Amino acid sequence: MNATTKTTEPKEISGAEMVIRALKDNGVEHIFGYPGGAVLPIYDELFQQEDVQHVLVRHEQGAGHAAEGYARSTGKPGVMLVTSGPGATNAVTPLQDALMDSIPLVCITGQVPTSLIGSDAFQECDTVGITRPCTKHNWLVKSVDDLPRILHEAFRVATTGRPGPVVVDIPKDVQFAKGVYQSPKTAEIRPSYQPRLSGDEELIKAAVELMATAKRPILYTGGGVVNSGPEASGLLRELVELTEFPITSTLMGLGAYPASGKNWLGMLGMHGTYEANMAMHDCDVMINIGARFDDRITGRLDKFAPKAKKIHVDIDPSSINKVVHVDLGIIGDVRHVLEDMVRIWRASKGQQDRAALGPWWEQIDRWKARNSLAYTPSKDVIMPQFAVQRLYEASRASGKETFITTEVGQHQMWAAQFFGFEAPNRWMTSGGLGTMGYGLPAAFGVQIAHPDALVIDIAGDASVLMTIQEMSSAVQHSAPIKVFILNNQYMGMVRQWQQLLHGNRLSHSYTEALPDFVKLAEAYGGVGIRAEKPDELDDAIQEMINVDAPVIFDCRVANLANCFPMIPSGKAHNEMLLPDEATDEAVASAISAEGKALV
Amino acid sequence: MNRPVNPPASAYFIAKETERPETHTLSVVVDNEPGVLARVIGLFSGRGYNIESLTVSETEHEKHLSRITIVTRGTPHVLEQIKAQLERIVPVHRVVDLTVVAHERGHEKPLERELALIKVSGTGDNRVETLRLADAFRATVIDANVEHFIFEVTGRTSKIEQFIAIMAPLGLVEVCRTGVAAMSRGPEGM
Repeated sequence: MNATTKTTEPKEISGAEMVIRALKDNGVEHIFGYPGGAVLPIYDELFQQEDVQHVLVRHEQGAGHAAEGYARSTGKPGVMLVTSGPGATNAVTPLQDALMDSIPLVCITGQVPTSLIGSDAFQECDTVGITRPCTKHNWLVKSVDDLPRILHEAFRVATTGRPGPVVVDIPKDVQFAKGVYQSPKTAEIRPSYQPRLSGDEELIKAAVELMATAKRPILYTGGGVVNSGPEASGLLRELVELTEFPITSTLMGLGAYPASGKNWLGMLGMHGTYEANMAMHDCDVMINIGARFDDRITGRLDKFAPKAKKIHVDIDPSSINKVVHVDLGIIGDVRHVLEDMVRIWRASKGQQDRAALGPWWEQIDRWKARNSLAYTPSKDVIMPQFAVQRLYEASRASGKETFITTEVGQHQMWAAQFFGFEAPNRWMTSGGLGTMGYGLPAAFGVQIAHPDALVIDIAGDASVLMTIQEMSSAVQHSAPIKVFILNNQYMGMVRQWQQLLHGNRLSHSYTEALPDFVKLAEAYGGVGIRAEKPDELDDAIQEMINVDAPVIFDCRVANLANCFPMIPSGKAHNEMLLPDEATDEAVASAISAEGKALV
Repeated sequence: MNRPVNPPASAYFIAKETERPETHTLSVVVDNEPGVLARVIGLFSGRGYNIESLTVSETEHEKHLSRITIVTRGTPHVLEQIKAQLERIVPVHRVVDLTVVAHERGHEKPLERELALIKVSGTGDNRVETLRLADAFRATVIDANVEHFIFEVTGRTSKIEQFIAIMAPLGLVEVCRTGVAAMSRGPEGM
């Protein structure tokens, strides 16, 4: 078979070969997958070529999160390949995860032959039916003639507009069938799908006018800035420099503006900093760029930024006015809108004098002085916050390009609070769906994309066990990921909420029989490291960074530490519970009568 | 550790709804491809929106375009979301809130019609009464024998409802309705 030979008649190739061709033509270098009966023809084609590297995982959920980490850290789509039935159903969690966090993910699933669809065949499931609500779009390919067009369209839908996951379900007979391949250029573009990139110039002008007159402005940015590409982050930094506005970000947007930047207020939201949340509450103009007013951000909606004029920039029209009514909704890609915003700001003659922001910054400095991330250090036990801080310092000192993934829970919030991100695409976390078990496979995916980087999964002891099997993948592929477990033997966030909301009745949030993580690492063929005392920590972290192999780091931390500051349920941004106020009593009575009335 | 017991609470803030729900009719033009209807109705069930009536058929054969007419009920804010969410679906070309268009043009509602097939059985005087009423509603008999009639009746939903209610005591057996087909008044297309 020689694909480069030009013949007058179009050459017919199999559906399986078309899949590989389409992957190559769409710039795919790595795919994460797990073989099975209904994808064997595609695996056979993979075996006979070297352009697309297949990365074998241990569970399809792992393939999905690895592809998500790969996508988030590179800006390219993540690709996964799984078989029919259980292969497809196992992919559902990462698909929904990618949907909620707007991650471009192309999932190719095998399906039983078309003649058997609907007969309850072995490993059959209604893949497009099951994945319809958890994808941006999905396709069941019934004819090999449709396959090239659908594959190209899948990449286009996943990566353009608001990015998201797509599924292409390919029956086995379609993989065997022969047809004529079309390149992405020749494949027609669907007229009903035309995402809008540039924002309405008049609205952007109005936004700039509003910004110029603001006395207490705040920029509230989100994952949309990261999704829009590195240029968007550059423009955001330019805008901050021009306007001198304070800036905060959601969990998903960390790194778009550097943590060391002088206008940075830290993350906002339920476990955000006091200054970020207070500034959100008291601001007179809020500029939301690529964030979606998530309920972990807004807290009590009827008391959310009551005095603010709100500007919202989002590529997804349905995000505008979804939960918070805004005064100016600008539909467009963050990069395009920021470009215009910066240009118009520069051109406008009546630029505001920066002195007008003086009192606002003084107020912010007073809030900052509350030092809301403070915790009580200990000489005897490792405080989890301290562990993340030391990890951050050590990674900076190593001079290596560092990528952080997390699982979900207290450790995730501590990582967001105490690890500083200077660039976008360095922080991979499950924000919308909150998927425990995301971090380890995501770290694996990041490491495949960046073989020489320092990739650390800041994990919890409970979360990490959900996808621990991917340690085996990391060892197989010599991906030296570092799994840094803040081990408190509890599902820490569950325990914290039980303390706060349920009379400290710790129902099933203690893991009685955790594995020996050091031995577990060794069993997988990796390296296990344990630190139990604060004075051992730095050396142990250094050892972890130096080891060129997958590491599980069992960091034994204070068991009952709570994650503060916190906006308790039913409260507004200006009613945060600060660590120095969080006595046992205050914690126990944090929920007001009003809060109790909530569902 | 014994602390005072707190009743269950949660971190989800539930805002009180202050707007009043309205009934609107939406026209949705979609690519007629497998699964497209499932995408549309799945959106409604998945996001907790109401469907009061749903009508769908291919309307432009050469372009494979179907027109879905949905009657839904929600607050203005929810109705705006429904439209935006529908427009996000990849095979959806266009969503028009016909009720909004009607209001903009000074009408109360868009043109709305339903067709119903109604089977009524009975003997004696009831049959006479049935036919007399059917005539008043401009219902046509499309099937009959000595024991039953099947009527075809078209009109606004309220008229169909009324006709069914009237037929109930006269031996109503079965009802089949198409759901609402709707269009804006005036010369402009959607």
